[in-house]
Amino acid sequence: MRTDLANDILRLTGEHLALVLTAMAAAILLGVPGGVLLTRRAGLRKWLLGFASVVQTVPSLALFGFLIPIPFIGGIGPRTVIVSLVLYALLPILRNTFAGIAGVDAAVCESAVAMGMTDGQVLRQVQLPLAAQTILAGIRVATVTTIGTATIAAAIGGGGLGVFIFRGVASVDSAQILAGAVPAAILALAADGGLGWIERKLAPA
Amino acid sequence: MPVVEFRDVGYQIGNKTILSHVSFTVEAGETLVLLGRSGSGKTTALKMTNGMVFPTSGQVQVEGRPTTEWDPIRLKRRIGYVIQEVGLFPHFTVAENVGLVPKLEGWSRPDVERRVADLLQMAGLAPAEYLGRYPRQLSGGQRQRVGVARALAADPALLLFDEPFGALDPVTRSELQRQFLELRRDFHKTSIFVTHDVREALRLGTRIALLAGGRLEAIAAPAEFRSAISEEAGAFLACLED
Repeated sequence: MRTDLANDILRLTGEHLALVLTAMAAAILLGVPGGVLLTRRAGLRKWLLGFASVVQTVPSLALFGFLIPIPFIGGIGPRTVIVSLVLYALLPILRNTFAGIAGVDAAVCESAVAMGMTDGQVLRQVQLPLAAQTILAGIRVATVTTIGTATIAAAIGGGGLGVFIFRGVASVDSAQILAGAVPAAILALAADGGLGWIERKLAPA
Repeated sequence: MPVVEFRDVGYQIGNKTILSHVSFTVEAGETLVLLGRSGSGKTTALKMTNGMVFPTSGQVQVEGRPTTEWDPIRLKRRIGYVIQEVGLFPHFTVAENVGLVPKLEGWSRPDVERRVADLLQMAGLAPAEYLGRYPRQLSGGQRQRVGVARALAADPALLLFDEPFGALDPVTRSELQRQFLELRRDFHKTSIFVTHDVREALRLGTRIALLAGGRLEAIAAPAEFRSAISEEAGAFLACLED
């Protein structure tokens, strides 16, 4: 019985991690280039940041509800969950990438251009390294909230640690709730600590 | 052939005129100082020389070719540029900052290293001590010297200075001005130097071009400039007596 529970916790923690890692990978792949694009196309800024902000205000259960009927990205199961987690994680990454690059000292960028660096060289050698800390801070915030939000995945059959929590709520069993909530909290703390450590490493010595 | 030639250059943003009908030449080996108040258009004129800004009318020629016909990257790498806040890359060491353009130009690593060490030596910064430092570990004057060394790195034909010594204390500034003169004497570099400090203009310039409200008011050698050739020149010279 005890080992059954331990196995369940391990399995669901694994599922939870898989949801979060997949969603974060996609959110980073979309958010960082998206943020760079925002620094190059002022016209897009309002729309893209506005869209990401609006998505963020939609309650997660409602977002699942909206996504389920949509073909290809919707339906019951982890796919819908990952799509909505990506949408939630996008705003902090997009915003911090944009803010990090826009915050690089104008004199530094100007001298980079004046020295004859191409736009790509300015971006890769100057802007991204100097914005790295801010970008990573956005990724950290997004990761921590995603770990929490992913517990709701169980509501539409997405699996993860939310399975314990929903089961516990339904049967008024606080032990079950804790079996989901404690590992989720530990994951969040570990992600926060680990990414925070890398962030400090990136700080200019 | 002049190194740089401005031909009836004008620059407008919307209906705001920044420069109008500016013509002058910069000959090899000379230092042309662009002197003027804030907003006189002197920095814009400087940025037109390396193609950071293009004229909306007229033409800027570098080595006989209009800036619009140069490959924009080639043009910038041929011209050294030093700005007031220096613009050193804070995440690069002194060596990486100084070696930047040679590296972009594809020099071999030993060549870059040798060049960087020579330049630091010349700038009065012992290479062994300063190569691995970051800009924030330097004083303002040292940063500015690294900035000049970086501008010289790929042996450019022309150097542009945008109020490079403006933020320094008077003693350091005077020291760097002296080094600037030595640099010109030893290497015969051509340069355009923007400043609003008339004393600096008289000390460093072989000729002084006075800009006011986007127009070229006067252009003269320092001795001639001292005889107050225009009203604006008189206003600047009056600062010397304060």
